[in-house]
Amino acid sequence: MNFIISHLLSLLLLLVTTSAAAALDPAVLRDLASDDSDKKIAAIGELLASGDKQAEAVLRAMNDNALFVANDRLFYRVDGKALDAATGAAFPDAPDYADSVVVNNRVRGKLQNALAAFQLFNPDRDARLAAAKELQSNIDSSLIPVLKKALTLEIDPQIKKLLVLAHAQAKLHSPDPKERLVAVRTLSESNSAEVKSLLLSLLQKNGDTYAEPDPTVREAALAAIKSIESHLAWGEALSNVFSGLSLGSILLLAALGLAITYGVMGVINMAHGELLMVGAYTTYVVQNIFRTHFPDLADYYVIAAIPVAFVVAALVGMVLERLVIRHLYGRPLDTLLATWGISLILIQAARVLFGPQNVEVRNPDWMSGSIEVLANVVLPWNRVIIIGFAVGVLALVWLLLSKTRLGLYVRAVTQNRSMASCVGVHTGRIDMLAFGLGSGIAGLGGVALSQISNVGPDMGQGYIVDSFMVVVLGGVGQLAGAVWAALGMGILTKLIEGWTGAVIAKILILVFIILFIQKRPQGLFALKGRAVYGGV
Amino acid sequence: MKRRDFLKAVTAAVALPEAFVSLPSFAADTIKVGILHSLSGTMAISETALKETALMTIAEINANGGVMGKMLEPVVVDPASNWPLFAEKARQLLTQDKVAVVFGCWTSVSRKSVLPVFKELNGLLFYPVQYEGEELERNVFYTGAAPNQQAIPAVEYLMSKDGGSVERFVLLGTDYVYPRTTNKILRAFLKSRGVTDADIMEEYTPFGHSDYQTIIAKIKKFASEGKKTAVISTINGDSNVPFYKELGNAGLKATDVPVMAFSVGEEELRGVDTKPLVGHLAAWNYFMSLKNPENDKFINMYRDWAKKRNLPNADKVVTNDPMEATYIGINMWKQAVEKAKTTDVDKVIEAMAGQTFKAPSGFVVKMDEKNHHLHKPVFIGEIRPDGQFNVVWKSKGLIKAQPWSPYIPGNEKKKDEPDSN
Repeated sequence: MNFIISHLLSLLLLLVTTSAAAALDPAVLRDLASDDSDKKIAAIGELLASGDKQAEAVLRAMNDNALFVANDRLFYRVDGKALDAATGAAFPDAPDYADSVVVNNRVRGKLQNALAAFQLFNPDRDARLAAAKELQSNIDSSLIPVLKKALTLEIDPQIKKLLVLAHAQAKLHSPDPKERLVAVRTLSESNSAEVKSLLLSLLQKNGDTYAEPDPTVREAALAAIKSIESHLAWGEALSNVFSGLSLGSILLLAALGLAITYGVMGVINMAHGELLMVGAYTTYVVQNIFRTHFPDLADYYVIAAIPVAFVVAALVGMVLERLVIRHLYGRPLDTLLATWGISLILIQAARVLFGPQNVEVRNPDWMSGSIEVLANVVLPWNRVIIIGFAVGVLALVWLLLSKTRLGLYVRAVTQNRSMASCVGVHTGRIDMLAFGLGSGIAGLGGVALSQISNVGPDMGQGYIVDSFMVVVLGGVGQLAGAVWAALGMGILTKLIEGWTGAVIAKILILVFIILFIQKRPQGLFALKGRAVYGGV
Repeated sequence: MKRRDFLKAVTAAVALPEAFVSLPSFAADTIKVGILHSLSGTMAISETALKETALMTIAEINANGGVMGKMLEPVVVDPASNWPLFAEKARQLLTQDKVAVVFGCWTSVSRKSVLPVFKELNGLLFYPVQYEGEELERNVFYTGAAPNQQAIPAVEYLMSKDGGSVERFVLLGTDYVYPRTTNKILRAFLKSRGVTDADIMEEYTPFGHSDYQTIIAKIKKFASEGKKTAVISTINGDSNVPFYKELGNAGLKATDVPVMAFSVGEEELRGVDTKPLVGHLAAWNYFMSLKNPENDKFINMYRDWAKKRNLPNADKVVTNDPMEATYIGINMWKQAVEKAKTTDVDKVIEAMAGQTFKAPSGFVVKMDEKNHHLHKPVFIGEIRPDGQFNVVWKSKGLIKAQPWSPYIPGNEKKKDEPDSN
């Protein structure tokens, strides 16, 4: 072990000494800036082979679009400073408008692999791991020497495993059929879809000849593909369930507020979608305030937006209730028209205040990217966090409704309004508070929506139908019903979508709900006991 | 004075001078031009910028002395992304406001809805957006791209070595006439290049779709079948934001499965974190990142305009291809009017043939002598971390439009010019 570390150190030392000694070959640099992608790729290979620190800096700048050509000489910019590509010394009188070296996808694949290859000798384990992960696609034979060297030096088993796979990929087109056979057998250990694709490409027929001439290698490839596919099948099922859960959690957040307002007061609130919009725009405003006033904390604006959105949406809801809706209790058709009018007013207000275009709400860094559970199960962070958020909101609402006095009153009014009034519950106040609560939860839903879909004046319109479907399917006045309905609709949609496509899936879900309501008008869960509706 | 008499007097006092003032001014000093873009509804995201571009171009023309010594007077109407309303507003512009020309429409369905009006009243429409072709109307000039000026070169690029030698294609679009027709053309084109049906997957989503998890999973699966795969996206409107967000989060990198988009430009990417999207592609006839004096002038003019008009995010406005096409259209119409020495529709249509204009793309684009489409350059760009595009391929010179795609059977008999009516 000590031996290996000292080996590593001596190699690093070697890298440092070479970089101090010589400037990069101008011919290679010229090829790097040529219009021909083949030349560029060859130049990248040579720079990688040199192992030079300066070469790494140049390649990194190239990847960042910061490598420029001026009068046949290359320079790059790091932190606002212009540096000579050949030596890394300051580059005086660099023109402000120089053409950057164009990198297309083909070149970028090689470039990123080369940069990762440099990192394979980084003393930091995480950097090496990231590099090894990067080196799992677009591997060609030019990387063999680097991978070999890294394999002899690497001590971490996880990284080593990845490097073995990368090395096997590079060897797939080796002229020696025995080496190819070994490579294919090694790759059967992999569980990535890219490797499967790579192995399948060996079995492609071009006229009468296969891409892989040796039948034993082809057989081994077939066996390897089978083994990889069995790994992948699990992942696929898991991803399907996850996307269903994710859609379900979003539907739940959108519909939960409605479950309270519609369930408790029987108000058909067509402006519910606009309360989601209010929540989303509040998130946008909070984001902007953080950007201008607390740039250091800008990544945490979402957390601050949660209570603010709740309060703002709840206030809007309560104002609506006091001004309009309370005068229309017991007249569902009038409420429907009035709230629809309100929704139009709110949409137009958003248009006047924020403009007709969608506004930009950026995911904070900790909500971007994804977590890799299995090789082909990649769960985006924003969706994972929203599922957690939905669970949290649900728990809060449940606690509020079942453990507090307000919740008790709300439930009493839901079950029998006149009886509750008789025993001294101030139903008018409860109505206002319940409506405010429902609206506030819609505001929370808006915060979640702002992280995955568009924030614009019309955004609520897209959710109002889905929300009503969830509430009706779940059974009016039932929290548990809304939960099951949202999850069921989410998973069902995703299953059908995978099979028929999004357009047909939407139609089928609608048909299914209509049939279900025909069969069971009270929804999944019905209120038991002497519930009285419309008895205001 | 009785109340009713008073009211009458007031009405007369208000109405009469207005009639006296507006009639002569209409006849003498100004030429009215209509602007027919949705300023509300789903398409507002894209069309609002076109209205601003049109107003800016008109202001520029007026500042330089107008057209034949007359000022242009813009008449802006809002068809609100409502297709039948487009026809109604077009009729209003032509009959009530008596505009000399209309600049407008974005979606193909809105264009199809106003066509009968323009034909009936012999109006003149300039349409600034890339579209599916299969149409050639005497009363319309198309300043956006036909399929052979965008879709076909883009797919050819993907099949080339630099594009990644793609052999397998996902055709992904919003469910309406433009994506369906474009994909029909592309399927026929791919077949002519030896791509089999098994290597083509077609998927559509409704307008405003926002959950792309399943589709990305499907693409991943389709891409793992042993052949290099690419996605051709004709997703339109604000669905693009959730699509690209999901794409970035799912880690589908451009070096593995590139996505080539036909309706995504600088404007659509404004709301997206573009760092994970570096390398995904778009094909257009103009990019904001092109470096030439005309483009610098165009960008600066629009920036100043945005500041003057106090548009939202005025310091970060971007220009894009349909905006350039709007700019070209209005300027070409001005040249044609000056050549014809009248705004009479028939004479202007005649004078439009062969008009040229030094466009912000850096090329001198030309209106075809016959087919009402522009000869345009084609660029293919890759998304940069800052949301702009790096041009990785451009056509050698201008490409003539083929509104009737040769890849749709029966088109070979159609004439390359509109029927005169």
